[in-house]
Amino acid sequence: MLKTLIYDGTWPGLITCVFCSFEYKWQIETIQQNNQNIQSGLFVTSETVITDDVKVKRVLLGLEKKIGIQGIKELYYVFLSELKNMELLILRSIVYYFKPNNKPNLNYANDDILQIKKIVKSVSRERHRVKAFVRFQKMKDGLYFANLEPDFNVLPLIVNFFKDRYADQKWLIYDLKRNYGIYYDLEQITEVKFSHTLDKNHVSIQLDDDELHYSYLWKNYFDAVNIKERKNTKLHVKSLPKRYWKYLNEKKLL
Amino acid sequence: MSDRIFQKLNILADAAKYDVSCSSSGSNRANKNKGLGNANQGGICHSYTEDGRCVSLLKILLTNHCIYDCAYCVSRKSNDIERAAFTVQEVVDLTINFYRRNYIEGLFLSSGIFKNADYTMERLVSIAKKLRLEHKFNGYIHLKTIPGASDELVHQAGLYADRLSINLEIPTKEGLKLLAPDKNREDMIVPMRYLKNEIIRTNEERKIIKSTPTFAPAGQSTQMIIGASGESDKHIIQTAQHFYKNFNLKRVYYSGYVPISYDKRLPEIGSAVPMVRENRLYQSDWLLRFYGFNADEIVNDTHPLLDLDIDPKLSWALRNQHVFPIDINKADYNAVVRIPGIGVQSAKKIIMARRFGPLRIENLQKLGVAINRAKYFITCLGFQQIYADKSGANIKQYILAQSTSKYIKNNTQQLTLF
Repeated sequence: MLKTLIYDGTWPGLITCVFCSFEYKWQIETIQQNNQNIQSGLFVTSETVITDDVKVKRVLLGLEKKIGIQGIKELYYVFLSELKNMELLILRSIVYYFKPNNKPNLNYANDDILQIKKIVKSVSRERHRVKAFVRFQKMKDGLYFANLEPDFNVLPLIVNFFKDRYADQKWLIYDLKRNYGIYYDLEQITEVKFSHTLDKNHVSIQLDDDELHYSYLWKNYFDAVNIKERKNTKLHVKSLPKRYWKYLNEKKLL
Repeated sequence: MSDRIFQKLNILADAAKYDVSCSSSGSNRANKNKGLGNANQGGICHSYTEDGRCVSLLKILLTNHCIYDCAYCVSRKSNDIERAAFTVQEVVDLTINFYRRNYIEGLFLSSGIFKNADYTMERLVSIAKKLRLEHKFNGYIHLKTIPGASDELVHQAGLYADRLSINLEIPTKEGLKLLAPDKNREDMIVPMRYLKNEIIRTNEERKIIKSTPTFAPAGQSTQMIIGASGESDKHIIQTAQHFYKNFNLKRVYYSGYVPISYDKRLPEIGSAVPMVRENRLYQSDWLLRFYGFNADEIVNDTHPLLDLDIDPKLSWALRNQHVFPIDINKADYNAVVRIPGIGVQSAKKIIMARRFGPLRIENLQKLGVAINRAKYFITCLGFQQIYADKSGANIKQYILAQSTSKYIKNNTQQLTLF
């Protein structure tokens, strides 16, 4: 009997689904998040899976022996990609990983594994770009604030980077697309959510007195280090894709 | 908050931009005691200018006043340009405020030579020291070592900076003498050798005494100007190899000369920047560092110049057809990575993947091999090298005809099909 699994949309939730499909030998048609419109075929029964940390632990321990922490991290990246059908890709790969093979996640001749590597590459690239392209604005109260709309849900992957680097300043990075942010108060990180949409005018009147000065100095520097004789627009746009420009003061300011 | 700081930044960033290094990698300086910043091992490019170059560090000169008169340099004494100098506090403020906003990875500070080498070096060191000690700044600092500076100052620089560099400027000694009569190679080599030995010594010491302070953890690098003094690629690549081997350099940078002077000794203003050649030199540099090539294999007395149409690895393969075909499923890594169309990443993937079973050409394609080049040099399951009987020149024509090189604007060669 084919089944549609419904889970809570979290990583442990998805791993619990994997556990159940092994334990009860279910044939899975789709895995869906409970906040989406559930769609099901005629001869498919749906099953709601309750996240269970004990089951999660068992799966992850077993996986670690087969593919190591690095291999698990790759699957987590695929999860954060939020791509359509990523759940089934993760399930299929884990089934493959548990077959008797040494380091199965390095079989670059397997299509699913190539697919995973491709997604991991995209998500890693986005994570790296967020590290690079976050532009903090200093507010009157000393908070350094940045907002952006990453292609994938990468905030969980950059928390430690910013915490280690900016340990002596309060900061907030907000994902406008997913409507949540991470906030550091000099002690710890908390996840925050604005109750209403962000008002740009509201942000600009609260800027620190020096903020525009340094923002323009940066823009000024950016223009001065360019070598006009070497203009290479293709390379420029490839390295700095246009969709990021609205968050980069050096490209935005006149 | 005057306009003067904008002017200074304009002048002193503009004068620093010909130093191509913008790397912020190679250091893993941690953030201690809730200070500001850390270094990222892989480096981060925070922006890219319209010439496509990465902006990772705040790259500025302390001043563009200079007592030297090097023909290739915009800041040369005899050049009639606007001069400026930052105060120590201005450099510190810019660095900290840019860093806190996540614009940069750190500071790359260079300078024109004012008064003498030590006087200049002392100013550079004092800025790095202030950032580290007074502002608890752990971001990346790249300092220029001033040729002729004393060991004591160079030592201090190593204590506060992540990377140090001295530019060789001109690949040959004779060229340097002609274009920069005030400078000599020996003044560059002395501090370079001192740094190399200090880095080795402190690393050894750290193995015994863990608290030994870090000393230039990202090592040292250098830069050569390309196309200003009529040097050959053989000169450049062999010089690079010499410095990699004997001075443990992390990087050698190649900077295509941008004409900035009417000096008769140099290419005239308006002549093109040798960007293709520069690119081929970087590819050769990668062959030296990551692909196990020797300089002689890339350029030698018979082939002193790099082929501009094709990359240096392909060029080597076409001159050495007796090495091929290479069996993808049997050859060791060092042989696989030398095949045109296969890079370090795909070579590693091949070694991993073939443990699960022999690879076919489709597998290679999917894991990232450029088959249009590799097919002339490999065998694998169900596939034999094609055109094994053709000459290197023929194969080069086939490859060029099928590819769209970013450099060949008019592909004029004729293919005789029948």
